[in-house]
Amino acid sequence: MNTIASLTRATLAKDLRLEWRSKDAINSMLFFSLLVVVIFSFSFDPTAEESRQIAGGLVWVAFLFAAVVALNQTWAREMRNQVLDAYRVSPAPPNALFLAKVLGNFIFVTVLQALMTPLFIVFYNLRALGPAYQLPIVAALGTWALVVNGTFFAAMSLRTRSREIMLPLLLFPISIPALLAMVEATGAILTGEFSAKFWIVLLAAYDVVFTIASLFLFGFVLQAE
Amino acid sequence: MKRVFPILAVLTAGLLSYALYEALVAAPTEQTMGDVQRIFYYHVPSAWTAFILFFVNFFASIAYLIWRNTKADMVALVTAEVGVIFCTVVLVTGPIWARPVWGIWWTWDLRLTLTLVLWLIYVSYLVLRRFSSSGQTPLLAAVLAVFGALDVPLVYFSIWFFRTQHPQPVVGGGGSIDPRMLHVLLINWLAFSCFAALVCWSRYRLEALRREVDETLALEALLDPSQAKTSRSRSAG
Amino acid sequence: MPPAVVVTDLVKQFGRFAALRGVSCDFAPSRLYAVLGDNGAGKTTLLRAMAGLTPPTQGSISMLGTTDLRSVCGQVGYMAHPSLLYDEMSGMENLRYFARLYDVNTKDQRCADAIRAVKLDPSLTRPVGQYSQGMRQRMSLARALLNDPKILLLDEPFSNIDMRSAREMVSLLTGLRDAGKTIIVVTHQASLLEGAADEFVWMEAGQIVSRTPDLAARMEAR
Repeated sequence: MNTIASLTRATLAKDLRLEWRSKDAINSMLFFSLLVVVIFSFSFDPTAEESRQIAGGLVWVAFLFAAVVALNQTWAREMRNQVLDAYRVSPAPPNALFLAKVLGNFIFVTVLQALMTPLFIVFYNLRALGPAYQLPIVAALGTWALVVNGTFFAAMSLRTRSREIMLPLLLFPISIPALLAMVEATGAILTGEFSAKFWIVLLAAYDVVFTIASLFLFGFVLQAE
Repeated sequence: MKRVFPILAVLTAGLLSYALYEALVAAPTEQTMGDVQRIFYYHVPSAWTAFILFFVNFFASIAYLIWRNTKADMVALVTAEVGVIFCTVVLVTGPIWARPVWGIWWTWDLRLTLTLVLWLIYVSYLVLRRFSSSGQTPLLAAVLAVFGALDVPLVYFSIWFFRTQHPQPVVGGGGSIDPRMLHVLLINWLAFSCFAALVCWSRYRLEALRREVDETLALEALLDPSQAKTSRSRSAG
Repeated sequence: MPPAVVVTDLVKQFGRFAALRGVSCDFAPSRLYAVLGDNGAGKTTLLRAMAGLTPPTQGSISMLGTTDLRSVCGQVGYMAHPSLLYDEMSGMENLRYFARLYDVNTKDQRCADAIRAVKLDPSLTRPVGQYSQGMRQRMSLARALLNDPKILLLDEPFSNIDMRSAREMVSLLTGLRDAGKTIIVVTHQASLLEGAADEFVWMEAGQIVSRTPDLAARMEAR
């Protein structure tokens, strides 16, 4: 059954298997994330109270850097040996490929977050004064926001010069509302001073809008020479 | 069409001069802020003009995606460029105004922040147009413009809510406006709109000519076999 | 029998460079064609246009009766100079994945058959990246054959292959031709296809300059 779902599953499984075998991307990303946390800890060394205020911003900027490193290598394997051409000449729907890449990136970035978060908690003595159960929701929605647009723009960057700088250049401005929402929501939960509900709804809306837009327009980008 | 352009140019020059006089001399001095407030007559109309231009860019981009019409692509390019310029005016006049009045260079108020984000999005749009290979540029740019347009309401709501949580001074003042000031504001907006139309039109003509030259050179290359062998800008065959 | 591929006044320009300057020809089923010419003649561009990778600037391509190339792409096999394979997976793993893209049933059997057809061993677990050039190229051909396509588009399949393997490949291709497929081969090594190809298509500066039934006819004409 060649449905998009089964093809997405097959492509995702292939990507995960390949990554597991070579481990080159995930290893460098893990180390990079560790470096980012340490450098941030040296640069921003506030007291416990202040740290709760700014932790939202710090953590998400760190995640953003790690995400860009992950996103830049999204299509690297497909560009070697022009494998992308093999995909393009096949009858397979482009959206299956796109979804598989987004899910793969989502998993990578979540793994990075799982590593970086305990370090942040340790270095900044963080403790959530608000509803902590909302944190994974914010993390998931926020990561999806970065990853869905990031994977899309990574594909667009394939057809441009200065590929590696093009991706963050396109991604950052468009992601501003999502970043604001992630930072504010995290800050709200950590300080417990106000409700994160609006920001969570905004993130969900952002995710829906851009997932649909990406699915709609990815075919055009893939078939662009 | 050729005669309309000089007429529009003269009209624009007239309007701009009149608007300048109105803004700097004839308009009443503001109560609390004094003469500095007059920058309002540049700050706000520039913002409106920029937003309208980006609006047009959005529709031109969609038109390109649906019909692959090169004229639509040219309109998109032109409105993006001129829109960025007007955005820059807003971003420069904002701090110039804010500093003497409130003592701070920047305030994250709705208009200023929205303008900043739009400026960032459209500068990235222009960079994409410059960095992509020319065959694909219109398509990729149109796609990015659609993404940018979808982003705008989300930006608006996020900043709006952010400001209710962290109130800041509003550049441009809220609330009611003296009818004489409104009159001057609208005159300036009309003048700026005419000016924007003029610049867009010139740029459009320039772009159309440039593309015509490219097409002629391409046609030459097509018909002349010796050119095909020597002029190789890309690898093929 | 209607032609399998019809190219009409095909023009392809990359900015100011005209890779194809008005190419018109058709390709019949059950035939093996060799497309020859110098570098820059437009051979690869023509093949890529037929594969649907490069939209034409002008003109049209009709495959199996339709100009909507996407609708028939499941019946087209494409092989290029890059291997179009994942270096980190074995041959069988690569083919199993690409079989998914083509919705091929009885995948494993078909994959193994394709690999054996190019005289490679399906049970080889070595990643493709560690193959020799010749082996990689043969595996790339196996990938092109996976979906049992009616039309095969091959770009330089014989480069980097030793004589014996090349001859085996040619006999494989003639066998496929006899089974009814249209095979279009772009190559610099015309001599390999002498006696095997039904027609030689000569390209120069983005146009087809002649079509001859054998190499000798062209040599005389020069």
